[in-house]
Order: sequence, then C-alpha cells, then structure tokens
Amino acid sequence: MIQFDDVRLVDVSRHFGRRRAVSHVSLDLHAGDILGLLGPNGAGKSTLIGMLATLVAPTSGSVVYGGRQGRSLGAELRGSIGLLAHELYLYPELTARQNLEFFASLYGLDVATVVPSALATAGLSDRADDEVSGFSRGMRQRLALERALLHQPKLVLMDEPFTGLDDAATELVRARLQTLSRAGAIVVLATHDLDLADGLVTRVAIVRSGKLVTDETASAGLRSRYRAMVGH
Amino acid sequence: MTPGFLKVALLVLRKDLAIEARSREIVYTTLFFAVACVMIFSFAFVKEEGVPVDNAAAGILWIAVAFSGTLALGRTFERERYSETLRALLLAPAARPAVYAGKLLGMILMMAATEVILTPMVAFFFHAPFFARPLLLVALLGLGTIGFAAVGTLFAAMLVRTRTRDVLLPILLYPVTIPVIIAGVRGTAALLQSPPEEPVATLWIGLLTAFDVVFITLALWTFEPLMTE
Repeated sequence: MIQFDDVRLVDVSRHFGRRRAVSHVSLDLHAGDILGLLGPNGAGKSTLIGMLATLVAPTSGSVVYGGRQGRSLGAELRGSIGLLAHELYLYPELTARQNLEFFASLYGLDVATVVPSALATAGLSDRADDEVSGFSRGMRQRLALERALLHQPKLVLMDEPFTGLDDAATELVRARLQTLSRAGAIVVLATHDLDLADGLVTRVAIVRSGKLVTDETASAGLRSRYRAMVGH
Repeated sequence: MTPGFLKVALLVLRKDLAIEARSREIVYTTLFFAVACVMIFSFAFVKEEGVPVDNAAAGILWIAVAFSGTLALGRTFERERYSETLRALLLAPAARPAVYAGKLLGMILMMAATEVILTPMVAFFFHAPFFARPLLLVALLGLGTIGFAAVGTLFAAMLVRTRTRDVLLPILLYPVTIPVIIAGVRGTAALLQSPPEEPVATLWIGLLTAFDVVFITLALWTFEPLMTE
C-alpha cells in the first residue's frame, strides 16, 4: 500500500475502437476531496473511474498518484484503492462472512479483526453466515461498501453507490463518505442523482460525451447549473 | 502484508471450491454432459454383440474430456462475470497471474473429478484396458488436463466480457489445444495396445510436459496485459 495526497488525471483519453469514451480529460484530486463526477448515461464516468482504479488503461495521457505514474506502481498501488461500482463485486453463493474473509485475505488483512468490524458497520452481524443471494439489494450494497473499504483505501471510487438503498441506508453511506473524506481519503463519487450529490460533494466535475465540461467547487444550485451544461 | 503468489492462488482456489461445494453446478453439469457423450458414442461404436470398434476408446475418452472441460470453463468464469467479481480480483494488491493460477487449479480439480468417473466408464463400455499401466494413464490424463485447462482458463478469462463468449471459446480453444488432444489420444491409444507400447506413451508424455510448460508460461506472462481493458 502506498501513500499519496493527490491524484492527477493528465490529458487522459480512452477509445474503444472508434468510439471515444473519454477525450482529453485533466483533473486534480486532493486528500479530503469528495468529487462528484456527474453526467448523463454514457458520458464516460465509469471509464474515468476504471482508469483511476487501474482497471482501464488510458489510450493516451496518464494517471499520476502522488507524483508517480500509475502504470509503474502495480499491485502496491491497487492496495490503496477501494472501488464500489454498479455491480457489487460479491459472490452470491458465499455468505457475507466468507465474502469479507476472502477479500480481507487477498489484501493481507487480519481477518479476525477486520471482518467482524465490517459486518457490524454494515449492520449484518446477525446475518453474517447467510448466503448473499438471500440478501435484499440494500443489504448487498452495504456489504459491498464494507468490502470496498476493508483495507482503508486512500482513493475511494464509488460508481452509483446509492443504487437500491432506502433513505436510512443512503444516509449511512453519505455519512461514511464524509468520515472517509475527513480522515484524508480522496473520494470520487460518480452519479447522475444530483439530489444525492448535492450537499455531499465538495467539488463537481461534469462530463458529457467523454469531455470534461466543468470542474468547480460545489455550491448551491447544482441542478440548474447541471441542466445548463448538460442540457437535460 | 500483501499475500504472496502461492497464497493468492490458493485463496482463489479455496473460494472456487467453496462456491462449487454449495452449488455443485459445474461438477453436475460437466459430469452429466460427459456421461451423455460416452453413452451416445457407445451406441454408435459398440456393435450388437457388445464388441466395440477397434481403437475408439482413446478418442472417445479425450473427446468427452475436452467437451466437458469446455463446458466447465464457461461456467467458472460466468460466476466471475455475474457480479463482475473478476474486476474485484484484478483490483486486489496481488500478482494478477496468481489469480489465473488459482482459477487454473480449480479447473484442473473439476476436470479431474469428471475424469475419475469418465475413465472407468469408457473402459467398461469399450472394453479398454486403461488400467494396465495406471501410472502412465494418470500421467497422460493429468498432463493433458493441465495443458487444456491452462489455455482454456486464459481464453475464458479473456472472453468473460464478450457477448459471444460461448461461441468464441471453443472456436479459439480447440485449434490451440489440438497438440494436447492429439498427444493425449495417441499416448492413450498406445497404452491400449496388446502389449501396451510404453515407449510410445512415454514419448507423448514428454511432449505433453513440453506443451504444458510452454502454455502455462505464456498464460502467466500474458494474463495481466490481456486483463487490462
């Protein structure tokens, strides 16, 4: 696991065949930021998240973590990144405990300490030995969030983390992201739900058709500015 | 502390076995398919007097192994695709080839479980003296399975996000694994001669070993770049 206080996307582009998913995007992220990565479906948000997570290689440009090129850091860097995407990255046939134990072991964590703690934070201690396939979407989402944060990552990447959550669970996730930010993590939240982003994010980056439309400090009136820039 | 290569491979293997122990999906489907395959061949190649066509057993055994193995390969990565858990594995701070090694070990064990049932069945229906030289047979099956699974695991992982993966997997897999299947068939056929042609079987075992070394080395080398989108 490496430590860094900033991440820079430097003129990154990503093409899939002839389709440009991301085109010449530059962004600076700093410790304590909660960046709202906003945009309509197909704008390139997930591709940007994939590039920050080292899962998608940029066609051109680079991603720099604390002054070091991402492509040269490998496994050490991945230990500092936590990702929660649309899909929950959980094995439905395994129990909640087995899922967390597997991923904790992969990250070289002390299973006996981190797993009970994560189960308690997810509010799933009493369902720890039940198969994930029997969980509601909200329970799975809470478990997936804890799986993504087991290793206390420095860069937290959330792609639509509020999908399927009720109001109470949404508040818990919001509070969790704010706690991470206060602890010095860099949080990137990709969403098209502006109501949830409003009041949570500290910065806003709006993307449309793979291009960065704006990168600014969050302020009131996010919805109207988003409509003006994106058009719907 | 980040776990080492072997530990990650064993963690992935243990996880796959835990899932299989709960669902029994791969073992049941591959076994059913392999048994059905042998039964159909037995109707085609065993005459009414119960006498099989000469030298058919080795080919039928390897066809059943290859076809059922292809089915298992598709299913094992379908699980990783379902919740995109392959991405979570690739994001872990572990050597990515170790993930491949863990999946490969799981495939080898599942194919071996099918072969344990399949081999006596083919021996029974086709009057094949497979167990005249059991160690040589185990070596041929073991090395052939490793070679087939080594290539298949890499291709199945590559194709996991492809919509036409079920069609593409056999199209890519069989041409590349032809040397393994030919070596397996010829080596097994040599064991079925009377008396068994041990030097011929040993020659094919040597070739299978060479194939396995080449395939596994290439797969470990190429897994990480192929998995990066």
